[in-house]
Amino acid sequence: MKIPLKVMFLKNFFLIELFQGMWLTLKYMYLKKKVTLAYPYEKGPLSPRFRGEHALRRYPNGEERCIACKLCEAICPAQAITIESEEREDGSRRTTRYDIDMTKCIYCGLCEEACPVDAIVEGPNFEFATETREELYYNKDKLLSNGDRWEVEIANRLEQDAQYR
Amino acid sequence: MPKLIIDDQEIEVENGVTVLQAAEMLGIEIPVFCYHPKLSIAGNCRMCLVQMEKSPKPIASCAMPATEGMVIHTQTPMVKKARQGVLEFLLINHPLDCPICDQGGECDLQDITMAYGGDSSRFGLNKRAVPDKDLGPLIETAMNRCIHCTRCIRFANEIAGVPELGATGRGEHMEIGTYIEKAITSELSGNMIDICPVGALTSKPYSFQGRPWELSSTPSVDVFDAVGCAIRIDTRGREVMRILPRQSFQINEDWISDKSRFAYDGLKYQRLDRPYAKGKDGRLHPVSWDEAFNVIADHFQHLPGDHIAAIVGDMVDTEAIVALKDLMNAIGSPHIDCRQDGSKIGYGPRSSYLFNTTIAGIEKADFCLLIGTNPRWEAPLINARIRKNYLNTGLSVALLGAPHELGYPVEHLGDDPLIFEKILKGRHPISAALKSAKFPMLILGQGALKRNDAEVILGLAHKIADKYNIVHQSDPWNGFNILHSAASRVGALDLGFLPGPQGYGVSEILKGAAQKKIEAVYLLGADDIDVSSLESTFVVYQGHHGDRGASVADVVLPGSAYTEKSGTYVNTEGRVQRSFKAVSPPGEAKEDWKIIRALSDHLGFELPYDSLNDVRARLVEVNSLFDELDTIQKASWEDFGKEGTVLSEPFKATIDNFYMTDSISRHSVTMAKCAQEIQGDEQRNQIHEK
Repeated sequence: MKIPLKVMFLKNFFLIELFQGMWLTLKYMYLKKKVTLAYPYEKGPLSPRFRGEHALRRYPNGEERCIACKLCEAICPAQAITIESEEREDGSRRTTRYDIDMTKCIYCGLCEEACPVDAIVEGPNFEFATETREELYYNKDKLLSNGDRWEVEIANRLEQDAQYR
Repeated sequence: MPKLIIDDQEIEVENGVTVLQAAEMLGIEIPVFCYHPKLSIAGNCRMCLVQMEKSPKPIASCAMPATEGMVIHTQTPMVKKARQGVLEFLLINHPLDCPICDQGGECDLQDITMAYGGDSSRFGLNKRAVPDKDLGPLIETAMNRCIHCTRCIRFANEIAGVPELGATGRGEHMEIGTYIEKAITSELSGNMIDICPVGALTSKPYSFQGRPWELSSTPSVDVFDAVGCAIRIDTRGREVMRILPRQSFQINEDWISDKSRFAYDGLKYQRLDRPYAKGKDGRLHPVSWDEAFNVIADHFQHLPGDHIAAIVGDMVDTEAIVALKDLMNAIGSPHIDCRQDGSKIGYGPRSSYLFNTTIAGIEKADFCLLIGTNPRWEAPLINARIRKNYLNTGLSVALLGAPHELGYPVEHLGDDPLIFEKILKGRHPISAALKSAKFPMLILGQGALKRNDAEVILGLAHKIADKYNIVHQSDPWNGFNILHSAASRVGALDLGFLPGPQGYGVSEILKGAAQKKIEAVYLLGADDIDVSSLESTFVVYQGHHGDRGASVADVVLPGSAYTEKSGTYVNTEGRVQRSFKAVSPPGEAKEDWKIIRALSDHLGFELPYDSLNDVRARLVEVNSLFDELDTIQKASWEDFGKEGTVLSEPFKATIDNFYMTDSISRHSVTMAKCAQEIQGDEQRNQIHEK
């Protein structure tokens, strides 16, 4: 449809479209609810199935859960996990080495799926960026300390998700 | 010859064949736990149930002989239900500890449950708990996992000949054990780990070390005795994780000895990983390869050829032996010897130093005379064959030599060598048995061949063989056997690694070294000689362990162990076998023939081979036997041995400690534990009996 020349002139003269645009901006500024987050002071919600940084969990009595069955190592499609095991002094099967190369990991969550004792989990933490690659080669101590740090949240997430498993 | 139909396929089988075996011949799989082709039939796991027409109940196919007109179905709903039921019962008391079980990943129960089992258990009560047994330093037990197939009991009773395992209690209270807790005193006990279909018996040294899916396997040949068992070396990265038998009907069937299986941890300790040379302070200092070769070249170049000698050890591959022989020829030394234990054979025809009957051939024998040998320790798998024959046909065995428990009844004739002469003259009671036997066999061990009168004994043995028809002229039976105990021996003899016409044997080399007639000695993996007499001689030791030989060496050249090189070995039957490299040698160590080849450059005689194929071509050039792998070429029966008088000194045992016979097993922690616990037990018992 061709707009008549007179209408066009008036529209341009009174800057109608400009004010329309400014109104829209104004609406987002003051009248509508905010959608952005002030990260890192604010964070969005996470699903209990969110696959973040890995952690090795312990039992409530402090005993590490991992029994060195090596199923996570076997299932890992990126071959990021390395485990060495031996018999501990009390005769139980334990890892002597549990390494995850976080630069190889593709965060598929299969290690968590494979674990028969819920030892290795992908926790809610996604803020583990580092300045060097070396810091991303996680060893057993790092993973266990992650587990200790995140245990409350991890346990909560597992409980929430348990009904769907 | 009954004919039967299994799953609509008709098959005609020999009498005595079971339904299960017939199905196997047709390629129909029936799951089993207690059935094992090499053991007697127990029929107690019920896993092999199949449907037979005209039978109201399913039948256990492993225990049912095939008969004329049987119609068997293995894939009906009834069979499926029966299998699921059996598995549900077996799993009632089986713990759900697959993640921490070493059998996980190679477990019959796991596999069969996945293939034939149901999806859930209906059992809600407590599982049975059984205390674990201590079966010695090799076998780890987890008796909760036991499904009472009794394979281990049958193995101990039948194959190993040590009836030490049994079941106490019945039904749910049944327990496998030794009744009075003790280590299993068998040198074949490791095989129980293999035949256990679940994780009840697992390997103690390998315990929790790895998973089957992370290992890569390399077929190889065992070098701890002269039997040349077929083995499989399982490795992870650069480490040998475990050693398992490979099936070989001609040699070791499904078994290997504990030394072959568990001594691999000796490969991790006391290894020579870089060349060393003695400095002015009289101590060994690490040097580079070139420096080490230059030290040798400096010494050798000032010596006449016949002042240099070479001795080959017990675990050396033929590639290295032929290279060393060529090198010594180039140097011009006739003083080469491969018989470091001092045995006196090798010059005669091939039949004079082979196990002519062949290992599989033992099963045909109907009389066996052992002379100066203890096959149970010198060649456990040959002993197992003799026992197999004893079980099948009641073979009678007589032993002339130091007495030892062999695992089957043996008539001990004494240890006086003069009895041997009596047997020849027909004045000994055993002569009659020898005469009446159709397929008699005679096994001469190193105990008889290490003596000073060995050649006379060899001559006597030849005469006995002729007199008692031990070697048949028409059919191919040859009952004359030499039992070697060194893996490298027959190969070295085939290559003629023996002193030349003016050459010295091992004892003369050692004597000559003391008298300065020999001024340099090249030890290729030779540790079991009296090294103390070499202290003032220039000694080059090439080998893989810092053992006795290296302790007197002036230059140490690090070689590779049997897992670290592709080698050709000839076993006591004369079977040429080839092993493959499973891991790399540690540090700067190299394959043995390459070291000799590199040394030849520095000495100014370049050996004419640059690749493994070239060396193997050279092997064939020296002896065409090396062209034919895995076959036995019959050695013709010719004259050998000497006339003379037999010394009255009694036959002595050659091995005092089965678990520590060579540089690898002497450094193995597992073998040290075995020597302490198992052998210690046996010796205590013998003292007790006396």
